[in-house]
Amino acid sequence: MSSSTETVATETSSSSSFGGLQARSDAAINATARVSVRNLDFFYGETKALKSINFDLPEKQVTGMIGPSGCGKSTLLRVLNRMYSLYPGQRATGEVLMDGRNMIAPSVDVNELRAKVGMVFQKPTPFPMSIYDNVAFGIKLHERLSKAQMDERIEWALSRAAIWDEVKDRLDRSALGLSGGQQQRLCIARTIAVRPEVILFDEPTSALDPISTLKIEELIDELKRDFTIAIVTHNMQQAARCADQVAFFYLGELVEIAPAAQMFTAPKQKRTQEYITGRFG
Amino acid sequence: MIPAAPVKNLDVARRLGARRRFMDKLVRLLCIAAMLAGLFFLASILFTLLWRGIPALDLHVFTTEFQPTTYGDDTALRGGLMHAITGSLIQVVLATLIGTPIGLLVGTYLAEYARASALGNAVRFVSDVLLSAPSILIGLFIYQLIVLPMGGFSGIAGVLALAVIVIPVVVRTTEDMLQLIPNTLREAVMGLGAPKWKMIMLVCYKAAMSGIVTGVLLAIARIAGETAPLLLTSFGNNVNSFNLGSAMSSLPIAIYQQANSGFPDLIAIAWTGALIVTLGVLAINVAARTLLKTRG
Repeated sequence: MSSSTETVATETSSSSSFGGLQARSDAAINATARVSVRNLDFFYGETKALKSINFDLPEKQVTGMIGPSGCGKSTLLRVLNRMYSLYPGQRATGEVLMDGRNMIAPSVDVNELRAKVGMVFQKPTPFPMSIYDNVAFGIKLHERLSKAQMDERIEWALSRAAIWDEVKDRLDRSALGLSGGQQQRLCIARTIAVRPEVILFDEPTSALDPISTLKIEELIDELKRDFTIAIVTHNMQQAARCADQVAFFYLGELVEIAPAAQMFTAPKQKRTQEYITGRFG
Repeated sequence: MIPAAPVKNLDVARRLGARRRFMDKLVRLLCIAAMLAGLFFLASILFTLLWRGIPALDLHVFTTEFQPTTYGDDTALRGGLMHAITGSLIQVVLATLIGTPIGLLVGTYLAEYARASALGNAVRFVSDVLLSAPSILIGLFIYQLIVLPMGGFSGIAGVLALAVIVIPVVVRTTEDMLQLIPNTLREAVMGLGAPKWKMIMLVCYKAAMSGIVTGVLLAIARIAGETAPLLLTSFGNNVNSFNLGSAMSSLPIAIYQQANSGFPDLIAIAWTGALIVTLGVLAINVAARTLLKTRG
């Protein structure tokens, strides 16, 4: 093992405010699977982008997905809520199991799946409407709430996304006027307002400044009390700070998946070690 | 071994730089000259319109129908353009109400459902052809389709001809504006579990609203000044008429007829009509630009 991998691990465990790497990793080992991916292949037209992927998202844990650009980590994330089905020519075979049901089977209603598996994107995507309506949008798709219930749910979601104090006095203002970091937290509030079981984060901080990034990371750590989380990131430190379990992808294959502590201190595969020490990728 | 860095020839660089600065000045000069030439004609048209249109511009023009020439008789009633303004308003408003929803739906189909499909490409092509088709052809088309079977010119035929002109304008702007919406926004809406129609109605239209409205305003500006298709459809009428089943006047037609009359007092009224159309279209364009700006 090289000395630089040790550096990553020590830095993160000492600077992390959200529980030690080892503690989180132990939790990941003990948790039960909320989503199980079995023999998953994915195709962009004729090109095979994912090759027989098998892995689990442990319940109420954060799974970090890392790997160089084009390795398939974002593709895999987009399979989990069937986002790929928006585009003709993209298809997946295999199983994504939740409660014993294969969620990528055509018989499963895609909107029901997306209510269970929410997603937060790379760039903040506020809708061109008020802050209140942004959060209410998803709720209205799936539930009929009275005005009072709706107000309560929106306050809950915005508080949970750590943005309530900043926006409570201007809920009727356009969401487009918020800063990038606030917009991203609004998008998180909008996602959790639907009360999904799983939240997928696709490089949620890559368009944000360091302070906003820290807020989002703290938030992710907070949210795992209630939600099962998968996060795609290019930032190794971020994976080490947030994740309980880490999966390394390369060229469409899942090279290694392990509890975070093991992944950053003693990866089994040579390619994993080379990537997390920054030797390639 | 890495070869030594090539030596930079400063003399050549200096000469190239001088040449580029010269070309830069030359091109800028040509651009300014072209702009001034364009502005000159525009200003000249506007100035002429104001110069000749203002003398007959008063409330009377808006409240009186067409009257025969008063030439040489000071006691006779002066004519106005009320019949033409009424006709134009009726036809333009109805044509917009008919053409806008159709154009909106076709544009939505092209942008949201048929981006790369063969049918989509065919519809896009046809719509673009229609956009640049001479408007007299559209008049002839409606003449064959409506005027001949109905046995005469009618306001409704004029409305339909103008509606056919509105459709491709609205199709184009709607499609363009929807295309500008990033796919990530669509994914965000769909990611919440929204069906596609809700995504389009509740988010995409909202995001593209000012652009779409601008397109509709530009279409209105365009049909407000159309003459050729109306000659073959609503034809013109000397009295104020609200009857869509019979011939109906409009500002462009009234201008055309009175300007050709040869009587100075009628020609003066035609100039006033031209000024009214121009100011109306100008107002609509300014509104469109303001809308587009507030979007930013």
